Amino acid sequence: MEPFENLIQIHGEAVWRVCRALVPPNDVDDAWQETFLAALRAYRTGRPVNPRAWLIGIAHNKCADIHRRRYREPIAITDPGAHLDPVPPPQEPNPVWEAVARLSQKQRQVIAYRYLADLAYRQIAGILGGTEAAARRAGADGMKNLRAMMSLEFMEVEEE
Amino acid sequence: MNDPIEILKNEPVPLERLRQRLMSEGQAEGIVDAVYCHVDSPLGELFLAATRLGVVRLGFSHETDAPDLVARDVGPRVLEAPSRPAVHTPAPDSPLAVLGNARIELAEYFAGMRRAFDVPIDLRMTGFRAEVVTALAGIEYGQRRSYKELAAALGNPGATRAVGSACANNPIPIFLPCHRVVRSDGTWGNYRGGPDAKTYLLELEAA
Repeated sequence: MEPFENLIQIHGEAVWRVCRALVPPNDVDDAWQETFLAALRAYRTGRPVNPRAWLIGIAHNKCADIHRRRYREPIAITDPGAHLDPVPPPQEPNPVWEAVARLSQKQRQVIAYRYLADLAYRQIAGILGGTEAAARRAGADGMKNLRAMMSLEFMEVEEE
Repeated sequence: MNDPIEILKNEPVPLERLRQRLMSEGQAEGIVDAVYCHVDSPLGELFLAATRLGVVRLGFSHETDAPDLVARDVGPRVLEAPSRPAVHTPAPDSPLAVLGNARIELAEYFAGMRRAFDVPIDLRMTGFRAEVVTALAGIEYGQRRSYKELAAALGNPGATRAVGSACANNPIPIFLPCHRVVRSDGTWGNYRGGPDAKTYLLELEAA
């Protein structure tokens, strides 16, 4: 088996972008961290057939966990000692990420897995359940909605 | 208007910060088999890897398969040490702490300020080759032995070639000083780091 380091170097950025699309900005680092910790724990026997799809599958579950936790705990309990950087650097507001956040959950997931992680629709269907055709449709609808929201955004700028 | 996906993919990812936290939490949980780094040296860039038990591999710059060999020998959960030093001092028996000590001792050695290494060695081999590379640690700074002498000292005078082969495959050169083993005719013989590296080390120790 190759060093786990290779997985971080090859897939670390894609996993972060997927997390960025799926959870609120302040939870992105935690989602990435939980994904790679879980992967590191499991990375002992047998190389995953497709490391990218394997990691995105873990990220899918970790992001869902974060949503469930937040829903259950309306008051966030933060432990300042829990992180190396207690104050995460502020994220630059980016209108495209905000547009992604306004998509339906399914469309957001498919856009992230297809376009930010470059997974095949067959692999995406494997993660989400459902058929490849349904995943493909959600991807097309998601892109259409994303472009529509973006053109509104930029029209306002162009009119000035 | 730009492609929205391109805009998303161009956002910089704080990978260094993420890696540092993964290293810290992974070590605390004891699920990191080994860590490695690259260090500058008079012999070029060296690859250095450690487990929590000791230094496990040193590679010369041309040995690009060094991380793969570490994964093969100690397990696949191998991480590169973050380039920034950790915010918190790593626990003393963690791979990162061993690696840090090895780095410091190596720098002291190249500066001529260290004649013996104190950092422990994690030797992942058995049999005669293990005997040979272990015996290397007994050859003191500035001393030289021939392959033949080393074979005899190990009670196997006919095993000169096997000694040579064991030295050539020494996983932790410099720390286990195979450069101090030379040919009986006084020429310096082969070295995985190249003949110039062997010359450099022997001259450093003769100074």
